Amino acid sequence: MDAFVRHTGLVGPLDRVNVDTDQIIPKQFLKRIERTGFGQFLFFDWRFRDDGTPNPDFELNRPGYEGASILVAGRNFGCGSSREHAPWALQDFGFRAIIAPSFADIFYNNCFKNGMLPVVLPEATVEEILARAKERPGYRLTVDLQEQTVEDEEGLIAHFEVDPFRRECLLNGLDDIGLTLRHEPDITEYERRRAALLPVAAG
Amino acid sequence: MTVQPKTLFEKIWDAHVVREAPGEPALLYVDLHLVHEVTSPQAFEALRLAGRKVRRPDLTVATMDHNVPTWDRQLPVTDEISRQQMDTLAQNCREFGVTLYDLHSKKQGIVHVIGPELGLTQPGMTIVCGDSHTSTHGALGALAFGIGTSEVEHVLATQCLPQSRPKTMEVRVDGRLAPGVTAKDIILGVIGRIGTAGGTGYVVEYTGEAIRSLSMEGRMTVCNMSIEGGARAGMIAPDDKTFAYVEGRPHAPQGKAFERAVEHWRSLATDEGASYDRVERFDAAQMAPFVTWGTNPGMVVPVTGRVPDPSAYAEEADRRAAERALEYMGLTPGTAIQDINIDRVFLGSCTNARIEDLRAAAGVVRAAMTKGKKVHPKVYAMVVPGSMPVKFQAEAEGLHEVFRAAGFDWREAGCSMCLGMNPDVLQPGERCASTSNRNFEGRQGKGGRTHLVSPQMAVAAAITGHFVDIRDWDV
Ligand code: SF4
Repeated sequence: MDAFVRHTGLVGPLDRVNVDTDQIIPKQFLKRIERTGFGQFLFFDWRFRDDGTPNPDFELNRPGYEGASILVAGRNFGCGSSREHAPWALQDFGFRAIIAPSFADIFYNNCFKNGMLPVVLPEATVEEILARAKERPGYRLTVDLQEQTVEDEEGLIAHFEVDPFRRECLLNGLDDIGLTLRHEPDITEYERRRAALLPVAAG
Repeated sequence: MTVQPKTLFEKIWDAHVVREAPGEPALLYVDLHLVHEVTSPQAFEALRLAGRKVRRPDLTVATMDHNVPTWDRQLPVTDEISRQQMDTLAQNCREFGVTLYDLHSKKQGIVHVIGPELGLTQPGMTIVCGDSHTSTHGALGALAFGIGTSEVEHVLATQCLPQSRPKTMEVRVDGRLAPGVTAKDIILGVIGRIGTAGGTGYVVEYTGEAIRSLSMEGRMTVCNMSIEGGARAGMIAPDDKTFAYVEGRPHAPQGKAFERAVEHWRSLATDEGASYDRVERFDAAQMAPFVTWGTNPGMVVPVTGRVPDPSAYAEEADRRAAERALEYMGLTPGTAIQDINIDRVFLGSCTNARIEDLRAAAGVVRAAMTKGKKVHPKVYAMVVPGSMPVKFQAEAEGLHEVFRAAGFDWREAGCSMCLGMNPDVLQPGERCASTSNRNFEGRQGKGGRTHLVSPQMAVAAAITGHFVDIRDWDV
């Protein structure tokens, strides 16, 4: 997995609440069997008009936001399905961090598995960032996982919380399957104990 | 000696902790891993690249549901990429030794319908699947939640998942439901109040008389939509109804083993005196048939209500979300729900396509037929059973004939227009009464407008061409 330590980049404002996974990556693009190549389909129904040309009204299509690598959005970002295609699409499109007042659980979790950092900041701070990004295309932020801060060049600085274990894994780009496999003896021991406990008949 | 009282969730969680260390998430053992074609190919591929095996193929079961066409199964799958995804699953299952219920299996169906149906889903289990509606299985007293593809890979390789302990919420529904008010309405009512992020970070246990009175199918409907309220999992304590449901199913324990299992399962219910991190109470008598008007399941009103006015929202963000939703849905504030005309009806999905749902819907259709009513000429309505066994059962009871005679299309099993990955989709601007679980923009087809309702409400709308209050609908 890719590590994430510190990232400075252009902010893409998406001032909407409850952005769901069906909007992030519509289902017609879930049929690929690879992990890559989903960026072209990100926010597809919002980004493109029916004739396939870019929709000039969509926030991220406006001049000055091209190449944005930090997405800032309203609360409950990523609600809906468990599809990891959503973080894959955001990442493939070029986003390294996503800032919102809150995230849906599965989406939040999926981000970490892909070296992308979801940052929870208070609603008022997110609003301030959205306002600055909307007013001044070219607005940049630095997201620092080591320090747990988000900072701009105009004096805004905000601290964020993150689970220490997840932080550690992301800072070091640790493969969590590898971590679990280190506990193989515990798993085998559990399986022995459990056999008597739970009647299971799958397969 | 006093024993600390525990909730259903705590009992199952504690029994599955393989390892715990300070500052780390618990390592949780997975009893059953369900797999489908859309969220698994990348996981198997990564496994292959790392030279890893599936640790417990005997605890892993796969099916094809999301992509499958729901017309004649003898016809070839016309969508090349869908076919490739299904072929890939078949190949992966062969290579890694995983049982697969494919397109041509008599047991094929939506993963959350076949789990309980085959007796794979049992009380006390931990169950995961690369699908958010895995919460459905909690209806049998299991801890079941959806995971992403990286986690699918994790479970395939280790049969475990590192998880931080969620908080617990009791959603208590006291009292009795009025006739015509269903499990679907309970869950829509709950989400309408707590909001689509209300359950984030929680596992919900549904309790109370109204929940206990539900059939197993009804309980599955409630747990299914827990995720729409933001909760990863929903669960209901197993009781005699649960045991009777599980008994005799193909993968259920048999004979003495079943008796022993029941004894264990009885001990799972939340102890008296155990506490939850949060409690939300509801009164079943206050529940009505609900209809969603917007683009998330929390945007919901009783069928007797009206499309809300965005300006009535206190918060700016909600106001804008409501405005956007109304624009997308092509609705004007103040419109009576019962004045909304529909073009399509979808009776299906892992929320509401079990045998009981089809029976209830067929009952409404039959009553209408006796008065000479059929599907409204302007409406195209389809019934998609949740699994092939549901389909066979319905056909054995003659339900398909009732639906067909009334003008409904009768299909093969699959996810179908719940998400429209197969050819069943809404056209732009088409309005649909749907028994599924998500009314997101474009969910059922680009530009399609979805209203979530119960099966009874859906078929009544199919017949009249608009929403009606099923409680006093005089056909
Ligand atoms: S029926 Fe719908 S919600 Fe259920 S598993 Fe299929 S696509 Fe997902």
